[in-house]
Amino acid sequence: MNRSAMDLWVGIFVAASMVALLFLALKVSSFSGIRAEDTYRIAARFDNIGALKIKAPVRSAGVLVGRVASIRFNDETYEAEVEIRVDNRYRFPKDTFASIYTAGLLGDQYVGLEPGGDEQYLADGDQIVKTQSAVVLEKLIGQFLFSKAAESQADSASPPR
Amino acid sequence: MTRLAVVFAAVFRRIGRETIDRVWRLGYASRFFLALLCRSGAVCARHRLLFREVWFSGVLSLIIILVSGLFVGLVLGLQGYEILQRYGSAQALGTMVALSLLRELGPVVAALLFASRAGSAITAEIGLMKTTEQLKAMDMMAVDPVARVVAPRFWGGVISMPLLAALFSAMGIFGGWLIGVVLIGVDDGAFWSSMQASVDFRHDVWNGLVKSFIFGAAVSLIAVFEGYDAEPTAEGVSHAITRTVVTSALAILALDFVLTSFMFRGVS
Repeated sequence: MNRSAMDLWVGIFVAASMVALLFLALKVSSFSGIRAEDTYRIAARFDNIGALKIKAPVRSAGVLVGRVASIRFNDETYEAEVEIRVDNRYRFPKDTFASIYTAGLLGDQYVGLEPGGDEQYLADGDQIVKTQSAVVLEKLIGQFLFSKAAESQADSASPPR
Repeated sequence: MTRLAVVFAAVFRRIGRETIDRVWRLGYASRFFLALLCRSGAVCARHRLLFREVWFSGVLSLIIILVSGLFVGLVLGLQGYEILQRYGSAQALGTMVALSLLRELGPVVAALLFASRAGSAITAEIGLMKTTEQLKAMDMMAVDPVARVVAPRFWGGVISMPLLAALFSAMGIFGGWLIGVVLIGVDDGAFWSSMQASVDFRHDVWNGLVKSFIFGAAVSLIAVFEGYDAEPTAEGVSHAITRTVVTSALAILALDFVLTSFMFRGVS
């Protein structure tokens, strides 16, 4: 079998595509999906998860440490059960505090973990006891208006000095 | 009154005939596809033929794919910047360019170009072989034309298409970078890091490749089938080439909708 100019061109074509793929893999994208084997599961119950979605990031001190794996509604406690997969490299104390934050004013929601002071660490299948629900904007505005109204009512009710 | 009835009857007869004809061709194409798959073993044995087809449909399409990719990227960069800077988020330009190229434009536009550049050439080649009775002559010499002529062209297209789509996307992202960072002055670091943060290899790059693989199989199958099924006249071959381009374009766009709807649904 002899080499020919055609082989050279096919070689160049394949090599160029491999370079393009490598560029797409290394420079353009990231393997953000932490592999399931390298994680442990933690459950957390929230009164209200707002607009939290599956695959939402889990951050601690702003660093990505895991992802939300599943969200279920528990019809006995009427709470949302959120399963979190945390990277094996990171350990959190038993009394870690989980809250739902919003990235930016209108950004996506994520779970924030604030470690407590316990000496024992959360293991696979454990549950976070202390949680804080998402802030629902409508509720917040409603509370604000209500308190304003109460204030002005209190002002008018108080006798003039 | 009776004249109207006659006209209606003629119209209905025509619609019926066309429908039956289409279904007939679809069945024939499916049988052809099966036969093609069964006789593809010879391609491995004679990889020289396959190499020639990768060269023919891949290497020769390289220029048009690269240049179009670059220009699509340039346009995306300009338009994307124009829209994003209104909301003060010009940093997201990289994300926008990369995601729209990897998920949709890369596979679809590369496949459309591939259909008109390589698909039409394959149809013309096989159609002319049929017209000049080369396929019949092969049959007479106990050389199976499906294994010798059709299968290498089909597999050459299937192999080339994902590679071309990857090149198209990479070139487009380079074009977007050229406009966004070099010309307009979006921050270089923000461009790449926002892109990396929101493009996932498995979800976006890999699904785009799967898409282009499926498009490649569809376009190659349509091209070889139309060539093989062409009426053996000059007019028949020209009709077959037209049908290749039209059917491929429709198939690509319809398949793209179907694939997108179950690849990228629900997960942002």
